[in-house]
This record gives sequence, structure tokens and C-alpha cells, in this order.
Amino acid sequence: MSLTREQVLHIARLARVGVDDEEVDRFAHQLSHILEYFERLSAVETTDVPPTAHTMPLHNIWREDEPEPCLDPKAVLANAPHREGDLFRVRAILDE
Amino acid sequence: MLRKRDVSSVELTKAAFERIRALDGDINAFLTLTEDKALEQAKAADAALAAGHGGPLTGIPGAIKDVMCTEGVRTTAGSKILEPFVPPYDANAVTLLKEAGFVMLGKTNMDEFAMGSSGENSAYGATQNPWARDRVPGGSSSGSVAAVAAGMACFSLGSDTGGSIRQPAAFSGVVGMKPTYGRVSRYGLIAFASSLDQIGPFARSVKDAALVFEAIAGHDSRDSTSAEMPVPEVASMLGDGDLKGVRVGVPREYFVEGMDSQVRESVTAAVNQMISLGAEVDWEVSLPSTPHAVAVYYIIAPSEASANLARYDGVKYGFAYQDGESMWENMEKTRQIGFGAEVKRRIMLGTYALSAGYYDAYYLKAQKVRTLIRREFDAAFENYDVLVCPVTPTPAFKIGEKVDDPLTMYLNDVCTIPVNIAGLPGISVPCGFASAEDGARLPVGLQIIAKPFDEATMFRVAHAYEQASGFSLERPPL
Repeated sequence: MSLTREQVLHIARLARVGVDDEEVDRFAHQLSHILEYFERLSAVETTDVPPTAHTMPLHNIWREDEPEPCLDPKAVLANAPHREGDLFRVRAILDE
Repeated sequence: MLRKRDVSSVELTKAAFERIRALDGDINAFLTLTEDKALEQAKAADAALAAGHGGPLTGIPGAIKDVMCTEGVRTTAGSKILEPFVPPYDANAVTLLKEAGFVMLGKTNMDEFAMGSSGENSAYGATQNPWARDRVPGGSSSGSVAAVAAGMACFSLGSDTGGSIRQPAAFSGVVGMKPTYGRVSRYGLIAFASSLDQIGPFARSVKDAALVFEAIAGHDSRDSTSAEMPVPEVASMLGDGDLKGVRVGVPREYFVEGMDSQVRESVTAAVNQMISLGAEVDWEVSLPSTPHAVAVYYIIAPSEASANLARYDGVKYGFAYQDGESMWENMEKTRQIGFGAEVKRRIMLGTYALSAGYYDAYYLKAQKVRTLIRREFDAAFENYDVLVCPVTPTPAFKIGEKVDDPLTMYLNDVCTIPVNIAGLPGISVPCGFASAEDGARLPVGLQIIAKPFDEATMFRVAHAYEQASGFSLERPPL
């Protein structure tokens, strides 16, 4: 399994991680090497074996839908890199 | 000692900070110190003890891995992207320790977002191994282990996703324990791989680790995978050192090819010591899917990480690049500058494994092999009370030795990863020393693995071995 530069750029875009030229080359090489190592799993017989998402024998956890106190908005917004009043400020997401 | 009032918590806390000032300029175990708050907590603890109140942790100085949120105290997860982040709440484990009256010395260094086996992936510099300062202390809980090993903290909390408590404990010669998945609430633990992450203690003895475990374990409705199980009083169930009738299995797949011969000898000697304590040992246990565990882990953990780390977008908290032309450019630059190389590598790996066309071949396949690994453990535990094996194939390696070769670094986790995949409790206990070529005397760890929620048996076996062997009493030459 060998990743091309184009594939690395595609994955980086899906993950919304900016990468420079040098990183693209390095990741292509390193990720290919790791993916080759994963190939070993294809030899493991897993017909009729169910997947395990986590090891707790739990499915759904329910609670009454009752309002509870939440964090103070001031404390939450104190970490905002960019804010306007009690709101997070971001660049326009949709084109005008 | 505190309860007898031979020494006060304030004295103990001041001594801890003196030790930190003397050593930590080089060791780099702490990212943030909270000295003023610590002295307030120590005074309150002394008052409680004077009034006849308090428990075993009241007034005891401890350190918290910087991956757990601490109200009003900067929490970075070892990452530049969280450099300015001050959480508005405490992680549940921190809340419970505060209720138990501990004194928080500060927040400890770590591999960024707990991704690493050496501490070298921290955005705030590597941590030194107190036993050999040119070597890694292990990771990802590098600062938490070094703080305990160097005598700067009496105990600390780490997190263990693929070995991040047990491996550093082995490399640095202290006790480190990962509870059963679901035993300790993950509320306020900055998420790496949610189906694998567990918080656990580092300490200088099995008994201390058991006391900290008791304090932080228990159900919490704010973590949907928190177990509604009573927590036994493990510290009072450590026994008298007798292992008569305890069935010990030694899984042969854990003695991997290329393993250091001194590690093999130390672990073998430890098992022989358990026999002399009365344990019934089977040396021929087989868990045949073990060699697949590293591949399973490095598919599942990065996949979960790629989803968990999507939240670092420069909008709500943390570092934010703001000079781009568009929202997307700002987000991509924020993550490019804010994340280090290993974190980016794993986000990319996880994104790829979950992407259209590859999901079945990687993620689903890994989840199926995960089932096989768990089934083999379940079958083994029908015949054995505990499984005993190495923690790492080699002792601590040199800083810089493996940074350029991620796969070699990953393969170092071969003995710890299966325990996370199966959600089992595991502990690392010092079991000897290896002499390195450069003359360094390097600690070796023994791993004891138990059935889900049977931490009591794991602690009892660990305690019996520790008392008989005495390796936990050794201290690094500082």
C-alpha cells in the first residue's frame, strides 16, 4: 500500500489540516510504511466475528430530560480566541 | 505519617516544591506549578487532620497529567493548540482527589494529546528519565512518571490509551496502573481514543497506587461508558504476601522476538519468585492474536482521535490563526501550526482508515480482530486469576533514538496495547534492572493483568511480589 502525494493532500483536506510540500512527502512515505504494516490483518479469519466498538457491555444510557444548571457562559467564552459580546466570532462560512 | 503529625502537609508540600526547583529545570516534568493553591490546600489539610478528619490522601502532594481539565489552571495536553486554554471545570478524577483532600502541585508534561511512547512529542520539550538523564522516561505520561520517580510528587495521575501509564512506570521504576475500562470516569479527560482511554495512578508502592485508585474510581453519570459497579476497598485487601492457590498464566506471545535478554531474565525471575510465594504458574499460555494487536490499535486509536480532535478548529478555545482569506484557510492553518507532527500523522491515518472505500478494510476489520483478542483473554481467565508478562520488550531508550521512525516507536507498545484493546486492568511493578551498554542502570517492569473489574486480585498479586522482591524501594541517583 503506497500513498501518492495526491492522496495525502486529499486526506489532509478531509481532516482540515494544512500541510506544506515537505510534510506531504514525509507523510506519504511514513503513512505508506504504516499502512503496509496493517496489511497483516487481512490474513486474519474474521468471518462471523462481530466488531467490538468498546468493551463495556452497555448500549444506551438514559436519563430524564430535565433542565440542569450548565457552565457559566462567561467562563466558557473566556477561552474564545475571537468573540463579540456573548458570542463566538468566526469568519463567514457561506459565500455571500 | 501525616496523621501521626510527624510532619505537616505544609512542610511536605514545601519540600516537594524545593525538590521541584532543584531538579525540574533539567527533568522538565512539570508544565504548570500551582504553588499558592497547593499551600492553601495543605493548610486546609493540616486543619482537617488536626481536627481528626481526613483520609489516606489528605494533605498528600500529587501531580496531574496535563490532559485532565483543572478549573482555573491552564491545561495544554502537551499541545501548542491548547497553550492558552484554562478549563472552566475539573475532570471528575480531579474533583474526587480534591474531595479526598490531596494537594495539587501542578500539571505534568506529556506527549501531545497523549500520542507517544517517549514524552518527546510534547510541544514543551522532552522529559528526562530520572535514572538516566539522556533517556526517555516513557510516555505518554512522561511528566507524571518522572515527578514520582524523582521524588517531586508522592503520586500522580496519568492516562493510559495504549500503555501510557504502564510503559513509563516500567521505564522509570515506579508502580503504574491502568484500571478496567469504565472504572474511572473520563469526564474532563481530554479525549484521544474514547474506547481505550483510562485514567490511573503512578505511585512508589502498590499500596499507594491502590489508595489513589480507590479515590478516583466509581460511577459518574457524566461519562456514558462509566461502569455502575461498586468499587472494592482494594487497599485493605492486599493480603499478607501469600500467593497460595493463585493461578498465574504466562502468555508466551509477550516474550517477543528481539526482546532484551535482561528484561526476559528479570520477568522470568519475578515469575519464579511468585512460585516461591505459593502461586501455581503455567508458563505455556497462548494468546495467539497478540501479534495483531499493534495493527488493531494503530487503526482504532487514530480513527477515534481523528474524530475527537476535530473540535480543535480555532473557534471555541485555544490557538487560532486569524490572518487567512477564509474560514477554511484559518481552520487549516490553525491545525497545521497548532498540532505537532505525530498528532497530524495520526489524524491523517485515522481520517484515511475511516474514509469511503477503506472503512471495511481497516476500521471494521480492526474492530473484528479486537473481538478475537478480547475472547482469547476471556478464555484464559477461565483458567488463570492473573496473567503475568513484560511491560516493554526493552528498557528505556535514548532521547532522539526513535523519533524519526514512527513504526518502530509503535512496535515498542506490543505488550501494553492488548490490555487496552480488551479493556482489562493492568499494573506495572518494578522487577529489576538492566545494565545498558553505556553503564546506565535501567529499571524493568513486570506487568500483571486481571479480569475486568478484578483490580483487587491484581493489586494483591502485585503487592505480594513487591513485598518479596523489594525493587520498589530503589531510588534513582539524583
